[in-house]
Amino acid sequence: MNKDSLIKYILGIADNSLILGQRLGELTGHGPTLEVDIAMTNISLDLFGQVRSYFQYAAQLSEEDKTEDDFAFLRTEREYVNVLLVEQPNRDFGYTIARQFLFDHFHFLLLNEMQNSKDETLVAIAKKSLKEVSYHRRFSSDWVKRLGDGTEESKRKIQLAINDLWRFTEELFQKTDADLEAIKAGIGVETDRIKAKYLENVSAVLEEATLQKPELEFFQEGGKKGIHSEHMGYLLSDMQYMQRTYPGMKW
Amino acid sequence: MIEEKVHISAELEPILKQVSDPEIPVLSIIDLGVVRSAEFNNGIAEVKITPTYSGCPAMDVIGDDIKAALLEAGYEAKVDLILSPAWSTDWITEEGRQALEDYGIAAPLEASADKKALLGETQVVKCTNCKSKNTQMVSQFGSTACKALFKCNDCQEPFDYFKCLI
Repeated sequence: MNKDSLIKYILGIADNSLILGQRLGELTGHGPTLEVDIAMTNISLDLFGQVRSYFQYAAQLSEEDKTEDDFAFLRTEREYVNVLLVEQPNRDFGYTIARQFLFDHFHFLLLNEMQNSKDETLVAIAKKSLKEVSYHRRFSSDWVKRLGDGTEESKRKIQLAINDLWRFTEELFQKTDADLEAIKAGIGVETDRIKAKYLENVSAVLEEATLQKPELEFFQEGGKKGIHSEHMGYLLSDMQYMQRTYPGMKW
Repeated sequence: MIEEKVHISAELEPILKQVSDPEIPVLSIIDLGVVRSAEFNNGIAEVKITPTYSGCPAMDVIGDDIKAALLEAGYEAKVDLILSPAWSTDWITEEGRQALEDYGIAAPLEASADKKALLGETQVVKCTNCKSKNTQMVSQFGSTACKALFKCNDCQEPFDYFKCLI
């Protein structure tokens, strides 16, 4: 597999964590309780840590003398290939948890499979990240149950968020050209293989939470091709502000 | 139990023992298990460290501290960050576990007990203040990525628990 395609494949995984990490980071100091605030930002930190490993690897593969910061901060909106789900705004706590829950279950299965990749660096990142993502998945699943099987109001809100975000779940399994190449080379994860398990795991939690699994025929997509929702531009202007204003700035 | 051989030169070990985790000053990086090798190569001390958590902000500081400590001892040093094999709480030494407890952070339990504790199924994490086992988890995520937050139902003190990672 050529280097450019491998970089694209890596960005397809990394961008999800980057953008979700940024969304969670927005909650710093704004979480509903101190413990949740700390948890959300801890998860954000884990995701950023994982992203750094991916971007460092991509930078190493790149022949254009790029750094991890170029990948993180200096791409245009169309060049980010994260799924639409992770860029959705926090709206309320129900949305934040539902988005996390729907992503964590996918993320866990993806990393679990990536441990069998033929690419040693991706295997190392997957093994490391999987331990962290196990905690994320436990956290978001617990909250789905608490909110779903909680008060009338909490149930209404979490169900609303699940219903609303469900249309973004199909895209998680969609494959770009780079994905297909990576799968063929034995490096990438065949997402078809984890889809059934994903639906099974998610359904089990929803059932325990006394929530309904949405039935949809229409799903929204585009993020993986760089076509984002209207929320993405605002997120990026916030995230890229420092590097755009003070180019090359370092800690 | 994940067993991993570490190669640390006898000459370098006492110097590295002086370097501690900036978040947990009582714990040396050797006892924390993040130093995976430290050997001389053409007169340069090459140290390989691995992060506890991917996003651990202490790693850069630890790398700089290692270089500074070795430089002071008269060695030129090179520090590399490696990801594989992934760090495990099993690598914290007995001495390290004791240092954690003394500092007020409950040391990680074995994996099966950890899971039960974090799921709130059993009360096995001992309060670092009064040693009571009547404790409860407040949050799976604590003041740093590697810790969960607990509170003691007897003495009412909150305390950190170093999460098991295997």
